[in-house]
Amino acid sequence: MRDLTLAMRHRSDVLTTVFFFIIVVSLFPLGVGPEAQLLKEMAAGVVWVAALLASMLSLTRLFADDYHDGTLEQLLLVPQPLSLIVLGKVLAHWIISGLPLVLMSPLLGLQFGLEGDALIMLMLTLLLGTPVLSLVGSIGAALTLGLRGGGVLVSLLVLPLYIPVLIFGAGAVAANAAGMGAEGHLSLMGAILLLALVLAPWASAAALRISVE
Amino acid sequence: MDKGLLEIRELECVRGDRQLFSDLSFSLEAGTLLHVHGPNGSGKTTLLRAIAGLVLQESGEILWNGESSGKEKDEFNRELLYLGHHYGLKFELSGYENLKVFANLSGSDISEHEVEAALQRFGLAHCVELPVKVLSQGQKRRVALARLLLQSSKLWILDEPFVALDVAAVELLLEVIKTHVANGGMVILTTHQEVAVEVGSVQHLRLGQ
Repeated sequence: MRDLTLAMRHRSDVLTTVFFFIIVVSLFPLGVGPEAQLLKEMAAGVVWVAALLASMLSLTRLFADDYHDGTLEQLLLVPQPLSLIVLGKVLAHWIISGLPLVLMSPLLGLQFGLEGDALIMLMLTLLLGTPVLSLVGSIGAALTLGLRGGGVLVSLLVLPLYIPVLIFGAGAVAANAAGMGAEGHLSLMGAILLLALVLAPWASAAALRISVE
Repeated sequence: MDKGLLEIRELECVRGDRQLFSDLSFSLEAGTLLHVHGPNGSGKTTLLRAIAGLVLQESGEILWNGESSGKEKDEFNRELLYLGHHYGLKFELSGYENLKVFANLSGSDISEHEVEAALQRFGLAHCVELPVKVLSQGQKRRVALARLLLQSSKLWILDEPFVALDVAAVELLLEVIKTHVANGGMVILTTHQEVAVEVGSVQHLRLGQ
């Protein structure tokens, strides 16, 4: 809750992420040209890659501010499990950076000429996938806390871990477009989400303890 | 408050390649204040952070009521209030909001009135609603210190609490510390200032000698 209030005071940061996402996605039709078939095939991939990069953008700030003003120290000392606090922070991060992307995606999908069915699928995959991005990203953010050039390092650490989500996310939309069922992809993404939900807060909490030392 | 007892056994802390202190043992009973002395870089802050559980010690034990503080973390943290060099405040939030957040996180249920009273005591009545970032250094420190009045922690660990405070605030803080110790609390503090910390029973620990 505290992070949400804070985010409202820092509105520009939230908007940066969203606008970054919109602009990156919008650049592709302009760059590639208006061939409808090509665009339609690329759509899911482009939106997904843009979503990865956008969530990466805000990731470094997940713990950094708390680290610098000493509130992170205090969070480590409250009589509650640290992983629960991490989970709260990740949830706030997702609401700020992930949820807007999910909500914007149908609009951007339209630019690529996606139709109703595919739009819903795109939104659904993002809805399942973006929390994973925030969760897995929190581990990277926690590990690189307090390092110089941590931002670049986070990308190197975390982007490879995002690959499965990207494959299944974009794959689900493609499978759906090709007329095959996307259930398989979706349930795998659900599984990844659950796994991340269990393991990531715990791993981030451990990483935070090391970083604060 | 029930009895509290902090025991440090053969504590050794290392930063990088340098050994700050080793074989450090002492115990602290309810109603005492421990004043840690030492030149810059002698490991005062590290000792305080190690006791708080923010830094892992190389060897040795920190016992709270006979139990290792690392194992009984929640239990220990409930009794602990650590104020370090950083204020631990969110600069975008007001003093009131900051204190409320801490109270919620530590699970204590305090009323709006109590928070305001604590800020008032530290002479911040007129800036309850202002974001902390517009306050001066001394005022920020006062907001952080107002937590002392709001949490019923037994053990206070204060790292240079007098920095940036004016004479009146130093007096006030001493007053607050005295009351806490008199009520059976424990305080561990460091300071370079010549502040006469004369309360109940004072122990002195000198590092770097």
